[in-house]
Amino acid sequence: MRTEDLIKALDADAREKAMPLGKAWWLAVGVAVAIAAAVFFATIGPRPDIMLAMHTMRFMSKFVFTLVLAASAFALIRGLSMPGASTRRATAWMAAAPLLVVLAVVLELFVVPEADWGKRFVGSNMMICMSFIPLIGIGPLAIFLGMLRYGAPTRPVLAGAVAGLLAGGLAATFYAAHCFDDSPLFVATWYTIAIAFLTLLGAIGGRLFVRW
Amino acid sequence: MTGKDEAELSGLLRAAIAGDEKAYADFLHRIAALVRGFVRRKIVQGGVDPEDVVQETLLAIHVKRHTWRSDAPVLPWIYAIARFKLIDAFRRRGRRIEVEIDEIAETFAEPEAETVSDRDINRALDGLPPAQRSVVSSISVDGHSIGETAIKLGISETAVRVSLHRGLAAIAKRFGRQ
Repeated sequence: MRTEDLIKALDADAREKAMPLGKAWWLAVGVAVAIAAAVFFATIGPRPDIMLAMHTMRFMSKFVFTLVLAASAFALIRGLSMPGASTRRATAWMAAAPLLVVLAVVLELFVVPEADWGKRFVGSNMMICMSFIPLIGIGPLAIFLGMLRYGAPTRPVLAGAVAGLLAGGLAATFYAAHCFDDSPLFVATWYTIAIAFLTLLGAIGGRLFVRW
Repeated sequence: MTGKDEAELSGLLRAAIAGDEKAYADFLHRIAALVRGFVRRKIVQGGVDPEDVVQETLLAIHVKRHTWRSDAPVLPWIYAIARFKLIDAFRRRGRRIEVEIDEIAETFAEPEAETVSDRDINRALDGLPPAQRSVVSSISVDGHSIGETAIKLGISETAVRVSLHRGLAAIAKRFGRQ
């Protein structure tokens, strides 16, 4: 088949339209949030004293970390799924969530006496944290990998990893409403491990499934 | 040259997305020539046929045209896809090669005419289910319209459109999977 002939076929197919990728990403996030919420409320749900907890800095700071992570990962993955889009600024923003966590850890170490560091670091339910963040995030991750297939990422492994970060940020936002361990020492360790696991899964998914 | 190209090509693609088939044909012809120039410059040793990469790039551009933001420049989008498909072609043939990410060289890519030989796309076409294959080759190789193809094959125009769309998507996917 000559290239001329191929163009005839492509031109004849011009009427078939797909949803613009930018719009599709918002839709995907909506579906992912719904799935994460369904899994969260069907399993662990929010902690009983959530109204009281909302008045504490430590509890609310968890949502700042996870939402900043999710927002920056969302901006980056949109760029990564569009060929030729500049991702430099979005990449720089990925440093925001880790920096905030580091800052909070430093503050916590100043405020809390050294004797209590170990207790706050270990917390009361790290195993639940490390199993439920991946569990809540796995559905959203599948949606985001599907979106990468719909898009055209020229770096599929990186894009898959960012899909894992986005799913992790989303899942951790829900999980944070359940978790009784509000210390940044706990969040910086166990949330990070759980999100890193999703990130690794995403990178593997990007390598295996995101071909175009 | 490039500034003018950019404005004209993004204008054509915008018109094409709005439903102008003539604009889409113009757009495809012009980027075929541009991508051909780009790919030929990048493939210095043999092993990869530039025209195969041109065709894979055109198919990718077609099935992924929803990934272009209509307010973004179109040339970086086209070259990013072409570069991806070029690296993919080398990878598939077991060759590790660094394609220089050289924006300036790309602006000097000159339109070039195609050469004829056996194509990867023919093998992909042969792998399609018979119904899709007859529709795709009727419209491409034989140059028939959708209406003529419907009459020739004794099926509805809608069925022709569906088979064409699925056939092209399947060929594009096959290139990506290999």
